[in-house]
Amino acid sequence: MPSVKIPKKSTFVDMTPFVDVAFLILTFFIMATKFKPQEPVEIKTPNSVSTKDITEDDALQVTFDSSGRVFFAIMPKSDNTIKYNIIKSINTARGLGLSDIDMKNFAQTPAIGVPFSGLKQLLALPVENQGSLKQPGVPVDTLGGELYWWIRESVAAFTTTGKPLKYYIKGDNNAKFPTFKNVLNAFKKNEILKFQMITMLEDVPTGTELSAIRSRQKASGGGTAPPK
Amino acid sequence: MASIDEGGGESHKKGPGVKKAKKLSTRVDMTPMVDLGFLLITFFIFTTTMSSPTTMDLFMPKDTDKDEEQNKAKESGALTLLLGKNNVIYYYEGQLKDDASNFLTTNFSGVRKIIIDKKKSVIESHVHDAGCQKIQEKARAGDPARKIPGDPNWQKACLDKDLVIVIKPDEDATYKNTIDILDEMAISDIKRYAMVDLFAVEKELIKKTEGGN
Repeated sequence: MPSVKIPKKSTFVDMTPFVDVAFLILTFFIMATKFKPQEPVEIKTPNSVSTKDITEDDALQVTFDSSGRVFFAIMPKSDNTIKYNIIKSINTARGLGLSDIDMKNFAQTPAIGVPFSGLKQLLALPVENQGSLKQPGVPVDTLGGELYWWIRESVAAFTTTGKPLKYYIKGDNNAKFPTFKNVLNAFKKNEILKFQMITMLEDVPTGTELSAIRSRQKASGGGTAPPK
Repeated sequence: MASIDEGGGESHKKGPGVKKAKKLSTRVDMTPMVDLGFLLITFFIFTTTMSSPTTMDLFMPKDTDKDEEQNKAKESGALTLLLGKNNVIYYYEGQLKDDASNFLTTNFSGVRKIIIDKKKSVIESHVHDAGCQKIQEKARAGDPARKIPGDPNWQKACLDKDLVIVIKPDEDATYKNTIDILDEMAISDIKRYAMVDLFAVEKELIKKTEGGN
């Protein structure tokens, strides 16, 4: 009886479609990626139905985490000389004794989370090592604390350039209300009463008044105007 | 690339003397390329932030010490929400009664119904007065600058004008609670709301209620 010959099949699989798909996905992710800006603390922001996009303009951002530490950041759109001017005027006004190198370093620092007394120590470190320093947060109290001074000098520096400044507040889900209130007080004391709070987008619950308003806006081609 | 027709291979005889060029396989081993591709995909998946953050506007009133400058709310249209510990909301309508009989407790899933019910009852008891016309006109015009179209139901725009919601987060309320309640204002389209501090008597009541549970 002749032995049954099993035909040998090639084990070589055509991977072309596979590669096609893989690179398609790769292209998508490259396009969609926007790198997270460097931040001193991890913040999980609350959700809201607000659809207003965050714009990358000149902005001042106050961040606070769940343990109540407050961080202050200035994000000028184009040049860092504004940041240099801010630290310079704070240095003179508060007598911090920072060197010129420290102040130049401030322009590269993403966020400040130390009291004025610890500023020299923080700015003496190169930017990439600042993350390892434990930052206790900018002191705030019911009258605004040192945050008041930061905001004040920033506003003053931006006023001379004539650029409008935006105020962002970014808080952690589990942060306690008094922290938020103290931050608000620091702004209020500077006569700033209009803020934007950074949140994550959440769907509008159906059957509510807002969903009716939104669909009306859509129907009239009004786009996603910010809800009142 | 992989399956380009190789022209039939050996079967196509050209006759003797015709030299055959050695056929090289056009197949390329793509495994390293796939490896690299997926490595990059993984990298980008991990680093990407898919949902971009949005912002929510908040306008605070200026602090005034003068009593007459403060906005007065009609008692019938006022609803006070107190945010307490562990996502609990305490609320009362109008003025807080001396015996605290209208001091009630709810949570974030129940608060929407309370707000909507309050809005309904305010609309039902609405009395037309001089202030109404201005609100109606504003609603009819919309806001062209912000691309908000005019309200087709503009006549109803001032029905809830007496409704004022007072938000009072206490010291144990979280930032999330605060944002959530402000969000509820947007969801239920509440036009007048304010965030203020608690009264001492309210603090006492919250403490008492928390202790009782």
